[in-house]
Amino acid sequence: MCLGIPGKVVEIEKNVAKVEVGGILRDISLDLCPEVSVGEYVLIHTGFAIQKVDEEEAKETLELLRKMAGVI
Amino acid sequence: MKFIDEFRDKEIAEGLIRRIRKTSTRAIQLMEVCGTHTVSIFRYGIRGMLPEHITLLSGPGCPVCVTPNNDIDLAIALSRQKDVIIVTFGDMMKVPGSTSSLQKEKAEGRDIRIAYSSLDSLKIAKGHPEKKVVFLAIGFETTSPTIAVAILRAKEEGIQNLFFLNSQKRVPPALVTLLESKQVGIDGFILPGHVSTIIGTKPYQFISKKFGRPAVIAGFEPLDILQGIWMLIKQIEENRAAVEIQYRRVVHEEGNPTALSKIDEVFEEDEGNWRGLGIIPNSGYRFKEFYKEMDVRNFDVEVEPSREHPECLCGEVLQGIKTPLECRLFKRVCHPENPIGPCMVSIEGTCHTYFRFH
Repeated sequence: MCLGIPGKVVEIEKNVAKVEVGGILRDISLDLCPEVSVGEYVLIHTGFAIQKVDEEEAKETLELLRKMAGVI
Repeated sequence: MKFIDEFRDKEIAEGLIRRIRKTSTRAIQLMEVCGTHTVSIFRYGIRGMLPEHITLLSGPGCPVCVTPNNDIDLAIALSRQKDVIIVTFGDMMKVPGSTSSLQKEKAEGRDIRIAYSSLDSLKIAKGHPEKKVVFLAIGFETTSPTIAVAILRAKEEGIQNLFFLNSQKRVPPALVTLLESKQVGIDGFILPGHVSTIIGTKPYQFISKKFGRPAVIAGFEPLDILQGIWMLIKQIEENRAAVEIQYRRVVHEEGNPTALSKIDEVFEEDEGNWRGLGIIPNSGYRFKEFYKEMDVRNFDVEVEPSREHPECLCGEVLQGIKTPLECRLFKRVCHPENPIGPCMVSIEGTCHTYFRFH
């Protein structure tokens, strides 16, 4: 029920974004996440963007995980 | 980066498991609060990868599962009114009430529609001005701001025929109840990632400060969960207790202030009635005065007396006291095609997850 999936913003018109998820474009409300730009990723929950996905943080987490796992 | 596959890397997962095995010395019980975590843990076989002395307990984090029977019965009673259209998330359709379910009522010809978003209810209300449209507002803090937006829009647009059956829940007060319970020992929490996207870390501080237990907000991919477990083990082994964030790509300490302000505009805290856990102070919401006209509980409708199957263990399962395997109904009578309790209905319900993966 609290499912959230990341998608890439490809177009914004007023407070609705076209967001690509698995090759499909969906209309997503930006009421809860207004400060987002085309090209960024958002976390989608029941038709709403509920947060921007921070790419830098994701990279840092993966880097840390690789180090912890001894993969580097 | 797609933010999914990268967090499913097998080689890194194996390294993390080695790390967990090396770090962990104590026998502990960790609870994953959220049903989405439970599904991931089973899907990726995470329980089987952990050392035997680490037990994962599944918690009450499934909004469908904790919706009390009398709210389902109220929705069913409303659906039987000639001038009412019920709009609901799909998960609620099969949930058994005392004697029926929304799915059975739909088969009987009631007007019950499945929505993807709370905003669908506005479209339906505008398209049917002669009907009363009732949206079943269930969910945790992840969903509450989306419901608040629908209410704010309905008010702005002057939509007069849209109502809400509010059965939303707030997660942190339920954790207090679990920690105060003597029935289950919890040494640390894997906290729900998407609830925390909205509320941030502040509402959880009591877990470490008052109860001295560690907690980690984790994402839902296997590497997220394994890292979250490792962070908990590290705190426990170092005799520390803090609320930490693993899921940094979407969770910030302050949460989502825009979303929180929408909730605050429409609702105020109230007691919440949880199936299995009972009434918990401050664990629900009520409408603020200005929006009370949209509360469907103002309707005068007769609801049947609530009753539950006497042998259903959903209540105990939701608290981590029992597993579905201890329930006499599990698999014999209760299965996804014939769910007796809500934990077998929702795809995130613990019984449903055990049925699929155990």
